[in-house]
Amino acid sequence: MTQIQYKGTGPVTDRTGSRYWRSKSAYLGVIPFLIVSGLFLLYPTWNVASGAFQDNYGKFSTSVLKQVFNSPVARHAFANSLEISIKTALAGAILGGLFAWAIVNGKRDGFFYRLSVALSSVLAQFGGVMLTFAFLATFGFNGLIANIAVKYAPNTFLADASWLYGMLGLSVLYTFFQIPLMVLVFLPTLENLRPQWREASDALGGKAWEYWLRIGIPILTPSFAGAALLLFVNSFSAYATAATLINLSDFLTPLQIATALTSETGGANPAEAKSLSFYMVVVVIIAMTFYALLRRRVSRWEQRR
Amino acid sequence: MKKSWGVRIWRWSIISVVGAYLMVPLYAMFDFSTKPFGFQDKGRTFRAWQIIPSQPDLMISIARSLITAAIVMSLILFLIVPTAIWVHLKLPLLRRPFELLCLLPLAIPAIVIVVGIAPLYRWISIHLTESPITLSGVYSMLILPYTYRSLSAALDAVDIHTLAEAARTLGANTSRVIFGIIMPTIKTGIINGSFIAIALVMGEFTISNILNYKTFQVVIAQIGRTNGNVAVAVSLASILFVLILLLAIPTKKRQGKVLDVDLV
Repeated sequence: MTQIQYKGTGPVTDRTGSRYWRSKSAYLGVIPFLIVSGLFLLYPTWNVASGAFQDNYGKFSTSVLKQVFNSPVARHAFANSLEISIKTALAGAILGGLFAWAIVNGKRDGFFYRLSVALSSVLAQFGGVMLTFAFLATFGFNGLIANIAVKYAPNTFLADASWLYGMLGLSVLYTFFQIPLMVLVFLPTLENLRPQWREASDALGGKAWEYWLRIGIPILTPSFAGAALLLFVNSFSAYATAATLINLSDFLTPLQIATALTSETGGANPAEAKSLSFYMVVVVIIAMTFYALLRRRVSRWEQRR
Repeated sequence: MKKSWGVRIWRWSIISVVGAYLMVPLYAMFDFSTKPFGFQDKGRTFRAWQIIPSQPDLMISIARSLITAAIVMSLILFLIVPTAIWVHLKLPLLRRPFELLCLLPLAIPAIVIVVGIAPLYRWISIHLTESPITLSGVYSMLILPYTYRSLSAALDAVDIHTLAEAARTLGANTSRVIFGIIMPTIKTGIINGSFIAIALVMGEFTISNILNYKTFQVVIAQIGRTNGNVAVAVSLASILFVLILLLAIPTKKRQGKVLDVDLV
């Protein structure tokens, strides 16, 4: 065991104090973690990042990146991915935000509150196989709503399950897990809205809509936008739902990556998979950077109690 | 304060619209799973629920996923948490790099990790073992951001430097300081992290499906191809199970923690 040398007394506030430097052997303590994270996190990251700039024979080249960039199929999938992520992020943020407001306006720690929070934490993780089954049981062939539609409204799109397997169907599925995630992310923000602000507005003769227009919405906008970005990343990265619902490899970028990686007909193309992954990571990093910037703005009022 | 009528009407219309969106598919799952299948059934039947235990691969995949979750949890307990404490206590210069490393999985979707890690798992399955339990390695990295979030919040709330010094003064050795003194004080953070571990392992599909491992979700998808009723019944059962588990945990301990999904 390495010897800990504590030189100071009392709470240590100066956390970059040079006295820590004295025990160099302390650095040995992070080696086990470095080995595991090196194998399972840094290696795959490096593998994708470097692989994107190589061809299938391991030589440095940007040809695959360019080729993917100019491929109409890849562009179409990427546009689809962006479109569905933006749409479902907005739909999820609005519906989930309203639902969070409805929860906050109820009795704090009442049964409805607890149930909603618990249900949200379950359903936010619900994407994938089980979500697909839920919607197949609802709108798919012989599903609950589909059967009702066949009986009472045979001419609407609901009667024919095929809409479920396209952009519209997938958006409806994605929104289903976006709403609970939004509830989880946005609820703390709404809870931290101080009632005094509303009281002050009322006392000065402000109407309800004036409070929301001039105080509520401006204050909530950064957190709302940040949450929406989070939802965007969430659906942009999603693979399982689309993979189990639609078997079209060209529809979304994650599906295309999976096909390029595992193609059973012998067309496996790891370099293409890595290039596509590279573009995905670029988009995610941009979104997360904006998110971090927005959070910094928000934390000014939210985290100060 | 009495709520005005406007607020009430808004509130209930939002709850009913969004609630219907979330609840109708769940009810439809129940409806679908009790539909008759086969020729001998008339009307409602619970046969799909009854034959859940006899599904091939299902029980063993649940057992495997639970073992994987247990390994992920022990990796959290004996590797990630001690390292986080160690970095907090002794290596302030590594705090930023460590944080960045922990948040890295946020920037890399699971589908991208799979692309990068496929060669490693190919090697493992050829030279070591084909068991899906080896996935615990990559899973422990996937939850790193969540673990780190709940950990660093807990570590910041407690003055671990003073605690560690006091323990050292009284003669505790290093492992005693970490496992006996500091870890008990951040128990809630660790429990939260472990809970997320179970949820993640039981729900993971992307990595295991592409790498051809038969985990819980992959087996459900497989059952869905042959027998929809049973697959729907299994899905609904697992959702209800987790929901009841969540509601059963006392609120006091979880207050504000389940909500702690704020990521960066």
